[in-house]
Amino acid sequence: MNESGTGTKSEALHRPLATAIWLLVPVLLLGAAIWWLVATDPLSAFRNGAPPVESLTVERTILDNDGLRMLVRAGGSESMRIAQIQVDAAYWEFVQTPPGPIARGSTAWITIPFPWIVGEGHSVTFVTNTGATFDHPIPVAVATPVATSGNLVAQAVLGAFVGILPVVIGLAFYPALRNAGPTVIDFLLALTIGLLGFLLVDTLEDAFEFAGEAAAIFQGPTMVVLTAGASFLLLMAIARRRGVPTGVSLAAYIALGIGLHNLGEGLAIGAAFAAGAAGLGTFLVIGFTLHNITEGIGIAAPILKVRPPLHVFAGLALLAGGPAVLGMWLGSLAYAPHWSALALSIGAGAILQVIVEVVALLVRSDRTWARIASLPVLSGIAFGVVFMYVTAMLVKI
Amino acid sequence: MRRWLPIDFGRRSFLGGGLLTAAAAVVSGRSASGQPAGHAGHGAASAPGEAPPSPHRQAHGAMITVGDVDDVRNGFDPTAMLTDWYTGEVSTLPDGRRLRTFEVYVEDKEIEIAPGVMFPAWTYNGRVPGPALRAVEGEKLRIVFKNYGSHPHTMHFHGIHAARMDGIPGAGQIDPGEEFVYEFDARPFGCHLYHCHALPLARHIHKGMYGLFIIDPDPTRHPDFADVARSRLLGTPENAVWQEMAMVMNAFDTTFDGENEFYAVNTVAHCYAKKPIRVERHRPVRIYLANVTEFDPINSFHLHANFFDYYNQGTTLTPTLKTVDLIVQCQAERGILEFTFADHEPGLYMFHAHQSEFTELGWMGMFEVVEAVS
Ligand SMILES: [Cu+2]
Repeated sequence: MNESGTGTKSEALHRPLATAIWLLVPVLLLGAAIWWLVATDPLSAFRNGAPPVESLTVERTILDNDGLRMLVRAGGSESMRIAQIQVDAAYWEFVQTPPGPIARGSTAWITIPFPWIVGEGHSVTFVTNTGATFDHPIPVAVATPVATSGNLVAQAVLGAFVGILPVVIGLAFYPALRNAGPTVIDFLLALTIGLLGFLLVDTLEDAFEFAGEAAAIFQGPTMVVLTAGASFLLLMAIARRRGVPTGVSLAAYIALGIGLHNLGEGLAIGAAFAAGAAGLGTFLVIGFTLHNITEGIGIAAPILKVRPPLHVFAGLALLAGGPAVLGMWLGSLAYAPHWSALALSIGAGAILQVIVEVVALLVRSDRTWARIASLPVLSGIAFGVVFMYVTAMLVKI
Repeated sequence: MRRWLPIDFGRRSFLGGGLLTAAAAVVSGRSASGQPAGHAGHGAASAPGEAPPSPHRQAHGAMITVGDVDDVRNGFDPTAMLTDWYTGEVSTLPDGRRLRTFEVYVEDKEIEIAPGVMFPAWTYNGRVPGPALRAVEGEKLRIVFKNYGSHPHTMHFHGIHAARMDGIPGAGQIDPGEEFVYEFDARPFGCHLYHCHALPLARHIHKGMYGLFIIDPDPTRHPDFADVARSRLLGTPENAVWQEMAMVMNAFDTTFDGENEFYAVNTVAHCYAKKPIRVERHRPVRIYLANVTEFDPINSFHLHANFFDYYNQGTTLTPTLKTVDLIVQCQAERGILEFTFADHEPGLYMFHAHQSEFTELGWMGMFEVVEAVS
C-alpha cells in the first residue's frame, strides 16, 4: 500500500517531467537538423552558378509635382538590388528609401524626378544588379489625388451612392412585396440565390486578379482559396450557433455577404483614384447603382413575413452598403493588391455561406428538394443571374 | 472591380467622354487638367535638397544613370581606353621585314556595364572592348591567342588573310585551354575590327568579344599623301599633334531577350557624360570609331556644334564624306572622324547616337574643350 502510495505520488510528479522530456526530443531533433543544414551546407551540390531568381512588384504608384513615387516589394529567392531605372526607355536618376538591397518580402519607396505628361502613358522599367528588368506601365498619367478631408467626404458620398442607395431602393420594394404569396417569396429567394451566385463568381474572379498583381511571396491564388474557405466555414459556424438562421438573421447574413463584396468594390474604386484613374463616368455610377438594386430585394426576401421595425432596415442597408464607403477610404489611402485580394476572398466566403443558407431555407420550408425544381425557383435563379449579368455589362467596359 | 480602372479600355475614348467625368471631379476635388509647373523642362527636374548639379549634369537633367562604375573592379577604365593602343612586340624577320606580335587571351569575367549592373561577359584580355590592336601597313602580324574561357572562341580579323587564318569554326577556333597563332600581313591600312566568330555568332559578339584593329598607313607607300599618312602613323611628330581616340559603340542585352538595355561607347553607359573627355582646343581630334552594337541594325555618331570629315573604313587618305555632323554605321562598319574645336569657345560639347532611344539608354558623352590639358 505504502509503495503504491508513493508510486502514485512519484507518478504524478514524473508524468509532467516525462512529457516535458518527450517534448524536448523532437525540438532538439529539429535544432540538430537545422544546425547540420547550416554547418555542412549540403545545398552546395545544387548550386549551379545560376543567378538568384528575382521578382519585383509595384504596389503603389503616386504621381505628383515631384515626379513619380512607387512602392515596390521584393520577391524571389534572395534580397535584391535596384541598380537603374528607365522611364520610357531612358535612364533616370532616382532615390530609393531606404537605400541598399531590398530584403525578400520587404518594400522600398522609389522616387523618380520624371516630368510625366498628363493624360499620356508611361512605362517604368526597373533594372536590377543582375541586369534583370521589371516593367511597370502607367496607362494614363494623372496626378494622384491627395487625401484631404474634403475629398474623403466626397468619396463617402460616392460610396454611399453606389453602395447604400441601391440597397435602400431594393428594400423600398418591401411594402409592395409584403403581401406576396409563397410563389413570389420562392421566386425572390431564388432571385437572391441567382444574384449571389453571380457575385460569388465575380468576387472570386476579381480576388484572383488582384492576387495575380500581388507580390509572389503572398502566394495569391492559394491565399484567395484558403481565405474564402476559412471565411465560409467561420461564418457558417457563427450563423449556426443558434440554429439555422431565418428571417432577420438570414437577411443580416445576406447583407453581410453583400457588404463584404461592396467593401472590395469600394477598395477598387478607391485604388483607382489613388492610381490617378479619377475619370469615373456618371454612367458607370448609374450602372453600378442599377446593378446593386437587386441586392436590396435579395436582403428583403427572407423578411417579407417577419415585418421587422424600421431601424432593422436601416441597419441592413448600412451593413450591405456601408462597407463601400469604408473600402473607398481604405483603397485611396493605403492600397496594395494583396489587401484587396484578401478582402474580396473574405467576401467570396461570406457570399457562399449565404447561398447555402438561402438554399437551406428554400428546401426546409417545404422539406423537399422538389421545390427547388419548381418554376418560380428556377426562373428566379435564372432571372437573378441574368439581371446581374446584364446590368454588369453597363459597368464592364 | 477592375472595370473601375481605365486599364482595360481605350484611354483616349475614356478621357474623351468628358460629360461622364462629373463624378470624378466631385471625388478628386481638384482638376487634373494641367501639367504640374515643376515639369516644364528636363532641366528643372532635379529634386529639391540635391547638391547643385555639375554643368554636364544640367545638359541632361535627371535623365541619366545613378552612381558610378567601379573601374578598378572592372580592370579597365573607359577614359584610359580611349588612348590605350596595344602595339605589341616588334622584332625583325630574317628577310628584314618587321614582325609585330600580339598576345590575346580569353577570360570569362563579370563586368559592371552601368552603375551597379553586372554583366557576365566573355572578354579579350579582361576588357570590353578588347585591346585596340595597332600595327603598320606591310608588317607581318602574329597574334598568339589563348583561350582561358569556358567556351570555344576565335579571333576573326577584318583584313586580308588566308582561309586558314579566318578565325571561324575550323580555321582558328580553339577550345578552352588551347592556343592558336594567327599570322598574316597588315593590310589594307585603315580602321578595322576583330571579333569572335564562334557559334552562335550573336551571343559571342554581344558577350563582349570584339575590339578595334587599326593598321596605320606606311607613308613611303603613299607618296602623294605622305603627310596625311605620317599624321596617322603612331609615333611620328605629325601624329603627336593629333588627339587620337578609340571608340567602340556597343550595347548590352542584360535580359537576353534580343533587345539591349544599355548602350554605350566603350561599354560603360554614360561614362563620358559623367566624366567628359578633355580635349585641347588647338589640337585636332581623330576618332577611330567602330560599331559592334548587337541586335540593332545600325548605330550612329552625332557631334554637337561642329562638323567633321569622315573616312569610311579608314582605307583612304582623303575623306569619303566631308563636313558632316552625323554618320551612320551598320554592324561592323567603322571609320575615322577628324575635327577640331580650334575656333570654338571652351566648354562642353555633347556627342551621342542620334537614335534618341540609344542616347537615353546610355550612349551619350561630352567633350570638354579646354585651352590645355593639365
Ligand atoms: Cu567567342
